[in-house]
Amino acid sequence: MTAQHWTDLLVLGAGPAGASAALAAAEHGMDVVLLDEAADAGGQVFRAPPKSFVVANGKRIDPDFHIGASLRDRLAASRVRKVFERRVWFVAPGFKVSTFGPEGLEFWTAKSVVVASGTYERVVPMPGWTLPGVIGLGAATILLKSQQALPGETTVVAGCGPLVAAVAVGILKAGGKVGAVIDAASPGDWARALPSMAVRPDLLLRGLGWVGRIRLAGVPLLFRHAVVEVRGGDSVTEIMARPVDNQWRPRWDVPARAFQCDALAIGHGLVPAVELTRLLGAEHEFAAERGGWVPKVDEDCRTSEPCLYAAGDCTGISGAAPALLQGRLAGLTAALDDDRMAPEAFAQETSALRRKLQRARTFGAASARLMTPSPGLLDTVTPDTVVCRCEDVTRREIEAAFEAGAADLNQVKAWTRCGMGPCQGRMCGDTAAALAALRLGGREAVGPWTARTPIRPVPMETLIGEYDYEDIPKPAPARR
Amino acid sequence: MYDALVIGGGIMGCTTALHLARGGMRVAVIERRGLCMEASGVNAGTLSLQIKRKELMPYALKGWELWKTASDWLGDGVGFHQLGGLTLAFTDDEAELLENKMRERAEAGAPIEFVHRDRAREIEPGLSNHPVLASFCPLDGYAQSNEIGRAYRAALIGAGVQVFERSTVSSIEKIGANFAVTFGGNTKQARRLTLAGGAWLGRLGALLGVELPVEYRVNQVSVTERIRPILRTIIGVVSDPLSTKEGPALGTSLVGTLTLKQSSNGTVLIGGGWQGIGDLDRGGYQIRPEYLIGNLRQAHYAIPALADARVARTWCGVEGHVPDFMPLAGPIPGVENAFVVGCCRGGFTIGPYLGRILAQRILGQEPEMPLFDPGRFAPAPLVDSVGAGRP
Ligand SMILES: Cc1cc2nc3c(=O)[nH]c(=O)nc-3n(C[C@H](O)[C@H](O)[C@H](O)COP(=O)(O)OP(=O)(O)OC[C@H]3O[C@@H](n4cnc5c(N)ncnc54)[C@H](O)[C@@H]3O)c2cc1C
Ligand SMILES: Cc1cc2nc3c(=O)[nH]c(=O)nc-3n(C[C@H](O)[C@H](O)[C@H](O)COP(=O)(O)OP(=O)(O)OC[C@H]3O[C@@H](n4cnc5c(N)ncnc54)[C@H](O)[C@@H]3O)c2cc1C
Repeated sequence: MTAQHWTDLLVLGAGPAGASAALAAAEHGMDVVLLDEAADAGGQVFRAPPKSFVVANGKRIDPDFHIGASLRDRLAASRVRKVFERRVWFVAPGFKVSTFGPEGLEFWTAKSVVVASGTYERVVPMPGWTLPGVIGLGAATILLKSQQALPGETTVVAGCGPLVAAVAVGILKAGGKVGAVIDAASPGDWARALPSMAVRPDLLLRGLGWVGRIRLAGVPLLFRHAVVEVRGGDSVTEIMARPVDNQWRPRWDVPARAFQCDALAIGHGLVPAVELTRLLGAEHEFAAERGGWVPKVDEDCRTSEPCLYAAGDCTGISGAAPALLQGRLAGLTAALDDDRMAPEAFAQETSALRRKLQRARTFGAASARLMTPSPGLLDTVTPDTVVCRCEDVTRREIEAAFEAGAADLNQVKAWTRCGMGPCQGRMCGDTAAALAALRLGGREAVGPWTARTPIRPVPMETLIGEYDYEDIPKPAPARR
Repeated sequence: MYDALVIGGGIMGCTTALHLARGGMRVAVIERRGLCMEASGVNAGTLSLQIKRKELMPYALKGWELWKTASDWLGDGVGFHQLGGLTLAFTDDEAELLENKMRERAEAGAPIEFVHRDRAREIEPGLSNHPVLASFCPLDGYAQSNEIGRAYRAALIGAGVQVFERSTVSSIEKIGANFAVTFGGNTKQARRLTLAGGAWLGRLGALLGVELPVEYRVNQVSVTERIRPILRTIIGVVSDPLSTKEGPALGTSLVGTLTLKQSSNGTVLIGGGWQGIGDLDRGGYQIRPEYLIGNLRQAHYAIPALADARVARTWCGVEGHVPDFMPLAGPIPGVENAFVVGCCRGGFTIGPYLGRILAQRILGQEPEMPLFDPGRFAPAPLVDSVGAGRP
């Protein structure tokens, strides 16, 4: 029999946003279940190292480590029910959630839900990007943080946004070799972001320190350049980079530069993970500067659906610091709406929180802007470049669908199979939508893909479990 | 001014429009979303004669033939594959039911034979040893339903049909002998009108002032990731989803039967009419996990190697039906030059043929086979002129 659980509040995602929401609601007496597919709380930034993993000298590369550790300590001391290694594959209004994990299939029922599902990486494709040895910048941070492993012997780090420098420095600190750092933004783009970033001098200095460190290590640092091709037989051996114009369009008239490497860590920002809020029926809007489609939330983190809240980067890319604060706000709102808090106490507790959140968001917005690729970068997606790696769909096939009259994203999916694979379009969705928007005039016009269950592919064995033939419901046979 | 307007761009509407245009008429199709994005584009694509009721068998054979020759008349093969199909009985009671059902269907014209377990496992090496009896039809196959919208669009435009997509019809008025159909900011007039709105036919009928007793069901379908070849036929299990006279019909039951097949790309499609959640405003928006599990268990009971797969996607689509679960195809009583087509169980298989014979009727020819009178339900007295009876 599959297990059934009940609770007041289910928090989906135990990153900084979800963990803070769970803690806040539990402080006010709610029975809270905090679910995550990872082995522990922390999310992407404050990811916990594997339990068996002990660093020899006790020193960690990751400056965020202590924030994550303290979050985990507070959770340990709280009444929050922590349920990890559970993948959420089904959600429904009402609220019903199903997970799979070490305990097999489980069903959860809750009065309220906080969605704090974070983000996915965006990679704007280029020829060869599907070769082994190419990984996302986020995946590289995870390798470095949770396993203290290097992507390769010599890694080229490329893309846009703060993660480029962070990954390059992470590799250098871990004793690895960086072949080149290739940033699509110009020093001017960074300079423009500085005033907003100055609200967090600590982080700003950290960032400036990173650039210094890259320079000191003698690593070629190319601003306003993009990787236009990845070469290699069985895996990456070389990448080609070209300068880009102010729209980030590669300059094909300028000779490309080659860099030898056995790994490429590349990323072009993050996309909010909104399948949960979409399947739960919340209204969404498109916000390019926050990463894409996001649920509409009010100033207290309420979505358009009653008792459904959202917090953290799944409501728009903003970073770990705002996620911690916004998560707390969502947890308090859930407690308020469940009559666990007096409105006055809520107002009092949230006023300082809101001010801090405002400040943290100014920094977050500036770094989110640096992560937003300019549309010209789509020129690296040549006609033969694979856009959907699950179904092997090239840009040429997608363009052919437009030629044949496809006028929204679901039609492109039906006609080309782009996004029909096991990743459910998480890898290709943003690129396909951006290509569609070029033709059809804007991301709102092309719409998002219809969100589908399961949110993660589920092993058939898990779903069917142990059963007898009699356990299969059947329509009563007609007497004829 | 058009000779004919078709409202609804699913299989039924698209095929009707195509044949009208080829018959020399000036035609437009008006579709709320994109062509074949509702039932016609999200269905399981099974072209199985073994799951067609006997009354519809002659039509199903014709529809099957049309999909097999789709590259000729549609200009695109839409991934037609003839695999042969097995329908399984796991208990003695089911075996009796299977014998009765399949004998009827064979008499109605489908080349169905009975095979015992060992022969069934020769035909389908992936089969478990659970079946006690099976029936086999060499014609059973499938086509890629997700590809047909693209194919119909090209064919319609090639035939000179005007296609209005993302255009929801909001009113139908009668102006003299003509129909004026409004969608978005647009109004188009035509001498003839065909309603082909699938599950939404009741609403379209209301715009015309006629009552069509159309209800809907929300069918669930699932697909696995690509896996190694584990089955080569279309698999079904015996049940009686189509009967309404005796015993509970599938039409009122939430649980379904099984259709199972592996596409040429390696994914395995699992369906059979298990009911998800949806409505006419939001479509099929939510699956029922308990029915997903039931459907998968059924599939696994037949093909054990499915246990190695992962379920990649599950979705729902909305399908219309009328109380007797037979199609609507013919002139709407009381409204001259207005026609309706739809509500056909197994409508993916039969749809191209229904559209064709309705088009013959509209073109003033004798339909190749009898139509299905939409007036057979003796509804409330029909209004004599369009628009009367509405505020
Ligand atoms: C791969 C990656 C690496 C990143 N690395 C950094 C970095 O090094 N530094 C930095 O400043 N920012 C980094 N970011 C950005 C980071 O996401 C945010 O700054 C911050 O973590 C946002 O916190 P959050 O709580 O909103 O989301 P997250 O921290 O992303 O937490 C979301 C949580 O939800 C869980 N989850 C989501 N869907 C499901 C599901 N269906 N079932 C079960 N659990 C689910 C995830 O496992 C995750 O733990 C990274 C982002 C990504 C995608
Ligand atoms: C999930 C599922 C699985 C199925 N599996 C199979 C199978 O394996 N084999 C098989 O033979 N059959 C199958 N069927 C049945 C088959 O898909 C349908 O019978 C057939 O597609 C119906 O076609 P249609 O054109 O009548 O309806 P639809 O395809 O639904 O087309 C009706 C169209 O009318 C449009 N419309 C509605 N209102 C308006 C308006 N006001 N203005 C403009 N346009 C409007 C809709 O948007 C829609 O596109 C399945 C059905 C479903 C739902």
